[in-house]
Amino acid sequence: MSDLVQVQGLRKTFKLSAKQRKLENTKQTLKVAVNDLSLTARKGEIYGLLGPNGAGKTTVLRMLATLIKPDAGEAWVDGYSIISDPEKVRASIGFLTSELKLEEFFSPDYLFDFFSQLHKVPTDVSIRRKAELFARFGIDEFAGVKVANLSSGMKQKASLAISIVHDPDIVIFDEPTNGLDVITARVVTNYLEELRDQGKTIILSTHIFSLVEKLCDRVGIIIEGRMVAEGSLQEITGGEDLEERFFDLYSASVGEVV
Amino acid sequence: MSTQSGLFAIIGKEFRRFFTDRRIVFTTVLLPGLMIYLIYSVMGNALQDMMVIDEEYQPVLYAVNLPDSLAGAFSSIGIDFEQVEPGRIDAIRADITDKKADLLIVFPADFDERVGRQLSGEQGVDPPRIEIFFNSTRTESAYQYQVMRVLLDQYKTALAPLFAVNAGSDSSMDTGGAGAGSSSGAGEEVDDPASGELPSYDLATQEDAAGFMFASLLPMFIMVFLFSGCMSVAPESIAGEKERGTIATMLVTPLARWELALGKIISLACIALLSGLSSFLGVMLSLPKLIGDATDELVGPVLYVLSDYLLILAVILSTVLLFVGVISLLSAVARTIKEATTYITPLMLVVLMISAMGVFAQGAAENYLFYLIPAYNSVQSMVGVFSFSYNPACILITVGANLAYTGICVAVLTWMFGNEKVVFTK
Ligand SMILES: Nc1ncnc2c1ncn2[C@@H]1O[C@H](COP(=O)(O)OP(=O)(O)O)[C@@H](O)[C@H]1O
Ligand SMILES: [Mg+2]
Repeated sequence: MSDLVQVQGLRKTFKLSAKQRKLENTKQTLKVAVNDLSLTARKGEIYGLLGPNGAGKTTVLRMLATLIKPDAGEAWVDGYSIISDPEKVRASIGFLTSELKLEEFFSPDYLFDFFSQLHKVPTDVSIRRKAELFARFGIDEFAGVKVANLSSGMKQKASLAISIVHDPDIVIFDEPTNGLDVITARVVTNYLEELRDQGKTIILSTHIFSLVEKLCDRVGIIIEGRMVAEGSLQEITGGEDLEERFFDLYSASVGEVV
Repeated sequence: MSTQSGLFAIIGKEFRRFFTDRRIVFTTVLLPGLMIYLIYSVMGNALQDMMVIDEEYQPVLYAVNLPDSLAGAFSSIGIDFEQVEPGRIDAIRADITDKKADLLIVFPADFDERVGRQLSGEQGVDPPRIEIFFNSTRTESAYQYQVMRVLLDQYKTALAPLFAVNAGSDSSMDTGGAGAGSSSGAGEEVDDPASGELPSYDLATQEDAAGFMFASLLPMFIMVFLFSGCMSVAPESIAGEKERGTIATMLVTPLARWELALGKIISLACIALLSGLSSFLGVMLSLPKLIGDATDELVGPVLYVLSDYLLILAVILSTVLLFVGVISLLSAVARTIKEATTYITPLMLVVLMISAMGVFAQGAAENYLFYLIPAYNSVQSMVGVFSFSYNPACILITVGANLAYTGICVAVLTWMFGNEKVVFTK
């Protein structure tokens, strides 16, 4: 089976608190963050979930990572259902977002061991992997330094290494280059390509067109919780500019011209 | 790989977080004990003048109708009563209120005679009533009252065997049994075994007086220290991890939610216990200063045996687990450490109130149901052990109930860690 991630009709609604209603300037108490959304990511490809802020990208990825449960729909990750087999799903993915933080008190060295334990990676395997990944990202020099004292770029690289201690077949990355300096962003995108070349499946979310054009094999465009277009970059753009194509879709679905 | 590796990883991480941070070790383990010791030592010195019973102090004791059977026993252990007429009772009671006298004991005029008639098995004799007046706000007076109660209790229990011996014996005991008419004869018979066993009475006195002191002071302190020990670690570890976004990082691994919940509670309980232990040591070391040098010898922990300590330990351990469980739940509901603290502070007051109720209730409760009430059960169990009057079943119920409540907390916390509304509150 080459469809490593299959999503069918996912739906997620949030209750809005009074504070949020004020913030979003709405009277509705319910917010449909993800609406009947389906997607498919195949083995060995980078799949890009493209959409503006608030489109529901993070919500989709969190459902895939089993951190939140869908109201309706189903998804299979590496053949495991996110609803009935969440632990198996978590064992087969590496999930990374800027919201998931490392405890500042510990060193990358210790945290790598700790997360290897949580992922039940045998000690000898984990030692080998730690050496490889730390060398790959240049963390080895800082392996013993508390995360609190690392530069933000180094923190991000440590997070990336630690999120894949268990060598997962599927890597889910929410806004991979957000808040990174250009050099670290380059290290991260290069590494994602490297992972694809190893046959891993990568799903990332972004609002940056150039990132999709540079990295992604296939794209899903998500607007207001709905998937409005899905396909290879070529299929979506038809050779045109991705940004132009996106705003055509946006106008068509939201009903206003930008 | 063992299935519990996640649980051990969590416990290991919490311990590492705690024990490799000198600042936290200092503030949660060393500081509480040190502060209590310093504060109480200063307080003890200030209280010294008020609280100390001078070893040279001669208590002012009055007795009405002091029976011959007891007069000898009292004076042989250095308790001297001034014997007065019943007409002076009111005046002496006023003196006790004014702290000019320590204690007044009033016997019925025919005490020995009525005791004798009861011992001989006569029906329809009113048990003679003894009245003791004292002033609980005066240390010396309260102390004399304790001594007197214990002595009279011992006297009472000493009489029963005498009666049994009388019933089945034919020698000199006969006189005792038949000596209802001769008060001096009965008195001597009663007096003899009493004075013969005086050293053990003396010990019993000390034990009970010390027990009284311990029972009234410690359980409340212990509860408060245990609670603040838990409060100093659990919000930081649970609400803190939520606030900093590090708990979600663990939740995207195959780690089971129960492993996270149980691992947190076990490790936090260990650390809280250390913190509580430190406070406890602080109290123990400053206690002599607090309650005065004269009673110092009485309040020897020497009096308690190993099983007493083990029971106290079991009660304390189960209490810490329960406290950590409840505080962890509140910390999981809160979004920030600060919010957690605002939830927990009222609970602290409730625990304080319940502990005070447990302490001021007279002695340990006998109804088993009381031992199902969290916090109250722990206080009552400790009061029981400290005052040498515990019922093992009650302590078993206490420990069992606390562990069961902790189990419920672990289950709820497990559910909460799996609940997106708890982990991702916007
Ligand atoms: N926990 C939550 N509670 C309430 N509303 C939420 C929650 N998470 C997301 N939302 C709302 O759902 C919508 C989609 O959010 P999100 O998935 O974060 O979008 P994106 O990642 O594409 O920017 C937004 O309107 C957001 O405010
Ligand atoms: Mg987002």
